[in-house]
Amino acid sequence: MSDQATTLAPQFEGLAQQKESAIFGMWVFLVTEVMFFGGMFAGYTAYRYRFHEAFTAGSDHLNLLLGGVNTAVLILSSFTMAMAVHSAQLNRRRALIVFLVLTMLLGSTFLGIKAVEYSHKFHEHLLPGPAFQFEGADPQHAQLFFSFYFAMTGFHALHMVIGVALLAIMTWFAWRGRFSAEYYNPIEVSGLYWHFVDIVWIFLFPLLYLVGHHG
Amino acid sequence: MNAAPPAANAMPKVHYLNVDYGIRSWLFTIDHKRIALLYLGSITLFFVLGGLFATAIRLELLTPAGDLFESETYNKMFTMHGVVMIFFFLIPSIPATLGNFLVPMMIGARDLAFPRINLLSWYIYTLGGLFTLFAILSGGVDTGWTFYTPYSSTYSNTNVMATAVGVFILGFSSILTGFNFIITIHKMRAPGLTWFRLPLFIWAHYATSVIMILGTPVVAIAIALVGLERLFHIGIFNPALGGDPVLFQHLFWFYSHPAVYIMILPSMGVISEIVCCFSRKKIFGYSFVAFSSIAIALLGFLVWGHHMFVSSQSMYAGMVFSILSFLVAIPSAVKVFNWTATMYKGSVMYNAPMLYAMGFIGLFTMGGLTGLFLSTLATDVHLHDTYFVVAHFHYIMVGGALMGYLGGIHFWWPKISGRLYPEAWARFSALIIFVGFNLTFFPQFILGYLGMPRRYHAYPPEFQVLNVMSTAGASILAVGYAIPLIYLFWSLRYGPAAGPNPWQAKGLEWQTSSPPPTHNFPETPVVTEEAYEYYPGAEAERV
Ligand code: HEM
Ligand SMILES: [Cu+2]
Repeated sequence: MSDQATTLAPQFEGLAQQKESAIFGMWVFLVTEVMFFGGMFAGYTAYRYRFHEAFTAGSDHLNLLLGGVNTAVLILSSFTMAMAVHSAQLNRRRALIVFLVLTMLLGSTFLGIKAVEYSHKFHEHLLPGPAFQFEGADPQHAQLFFSFYFAMTGFHALHMVIGVALLAIMTWFAWRGRFSAEYYNPIEVSGLYWHFVDIVWIFLFPLLYLVGHHG
Repeated sequence: MNAAPPAANAMPKVHYLNVDYGIRSWLFTIDHKRIALLYLGSITLFFVLGGLFATAIRLELLTPAGDLFESETYNKMFTMHGVVMIFFFLIPSIPATLGNFLVPMMIGARDLAFPRINLLSWYIYTLGGLFTLFAILSGGVDTGWTFYTPYSSTYSNTNVMATAVGVFILGFSSILTGFNFIITIHKMRAPGLTWFRLPLFIWAHYATSVIMILGTPVVAIAIALVGLERLFHIGIFNPALGGDPVLFQHLFWFYSHPAVYIMILPSMGVISEIVCCFSRKKIFGYSFVAFSSIAIALLGFLVWGHHMFVSSQSMYAGMVFSILSFLVAIPSAVKVFNWTATMYKGSVMYNAPMLYAMGFIGLFTMGGLTGLFLSTLATDVHLHDTYFVVAHFHYIMVGGALMGYLGGIHFWWPKISGRLYPEAWARFSALIIFVGFNLTFFPQFILGYLGMPRRYHAYPPEFQVLNVMSTAGASILAVGYAIPLIYLFWSLRYGPAAGPNPWQAKGLEWQTSSPPPTHNFPETPVVTEEAYEYYPGAEAERV
């Protein structure tokens, strides 16, 4: 079974067709992800436009430093991921494993920092719901800001968790010597996924953290 | 063609159905044809379940007084009818069964691009189905299939959460199906099979898949946010927390209007195949029909606001949505004209699939035209949330999509099962369904026009006559659906062997044995002509 999967699946005519299908498939999948996040982005944009003051006030309560560090961590992880794909291409198994592990570590760092941020928000009573407290002109719509904040970063974090799990599986496969310079589609495809999740954050960071910081 | 098939039509010795026996060989299969049959079984169960809820609704509406159920129970009945029929029957119906079976065969491939993901989609469907069944058995839901907030997120005391999770999970199965079709159609076509030689069934499924992957994630996020609201009290849709319930309607209809095309486009693909085969003619205006599918898929994303004319959306937005909705009717009409033109001067044969196709054309036209009444701002203020809307979408979804589904099941039954169904019974039940359908739903246009609102268990006595007609029609319809269920099962054992191509149809799927072998074709076919060359000589004669 595992031997077969490393070579050609029976429905394909050749390795080239198999690879094209895998990569095209990932792109199509990412389109669905764009739509998934797009729904929230659209809602967020509409309300930020309508309740600009309240959203700015809410945004001021986010920790710019932690958010900034996290952005750097993710950009770095995109680099290590790219290096992992590159190593797979060149059939360097050890380098591949090292870069996959590094990427996972960076991803976990991101999640750790995110958890710290969440717990701050919890203690500051910024979690929407009955316990929500906010000093400001329009606490109701600041609460809406935090609804979006938690929904959007929460779904992003969920994607990160899935990404880390995916890379763990890839590391295991790499360890077992499943990939070669001819066949490393799963690594390439996981890389696309990882970059996508990073890019979502690259949009989330300015939208959520930098609302009031322009000009 | 109606004559008994020649004796040479023996069944092949080994085919996809008998290569392997036992439950494991089905539950772990990655053969697209077997997965299609798994889906066929599951959606049939859900169809029967949805039918039971429909029966409950029609029985309650037999009399003006709300005597059979409390209004709360009635709310649950129509909600579960809608949820089951739309999400668990109609959306997967043609793509997951006929599509799964035929997309690889029609393009000359051995399987879909990702057979394991295909199997996964069935398991996801089943899991979503189990959640929804659990919701139904543990008391039901009463929000309407549209889950409007804030009722669904804050007030309803029924099992919204389990249903929402069920529908959310289910969404991924249709995303995976659409995803698989897109990659397969792009990458796995047989040599010589260019885009403009593809059967229109494939174009229709391609367009459907585009909607599935673009629309479904949006309804997924909308439903997920409703779930988060119930669980964690975040308030994106809750006015008490600064949110806005209308945003939910926007997200919901952004998917659910295109979703109505997920339901109808595959059926249109089926109709194109059937009409050409039984008129013995090439489709009239191939590229118009092909591109109208794409146009429907794209324009369909721009009209969702026509469901919200009276929910506080700005008047100017309403006018734009109204005009855009008129535009969607154009590609739909193009198809109707082209099918009719294909039949014109063809040698039409009235086999059961063709009867369904003709039923489709008429009923879909009715449904589409009444859609124009509804997308006219002024008339919609009167008709919104009346039985007129109910009649409109049943003409399209039952009269159109379901007729197409049944026509397709009959047309490809010989390929799927290797056996012929009893033609006389099939024609008889097609007629019964047509009559029963019109008796059920035509009165509802009049009821809605007279002002009977939808979703109430009681109504003023002057509406009773029309309601009795509708309930009577529904009983006829039920008989019409029961008959094929019986004789199709019967034919599995007693039907005469069909042979590879009982209709002398064009299309690669007919070039291999019935039932096909596991990898569909002994060797990859090479395509040298356009689709539907029923009389290859005809072109030359015309010149
Ligand atoms: C020819 C193009 C179509 C037009 C212009 C059109 C127009 C409309 C409009 C304006 C409404 C809203 C009525 C109201 O709530 O006041 C509506 C409702 C509906 N239509 Fe269509 N429609 C079209 C095609 C379809 C198709 C192809 C389907 C299904 C396969 C469909 C299914 C529905 C459903 C399910 C509803 C009711 C949703 C609900 O409130 O529960 N329509 N249509
Ligand atoms: Cu619509």
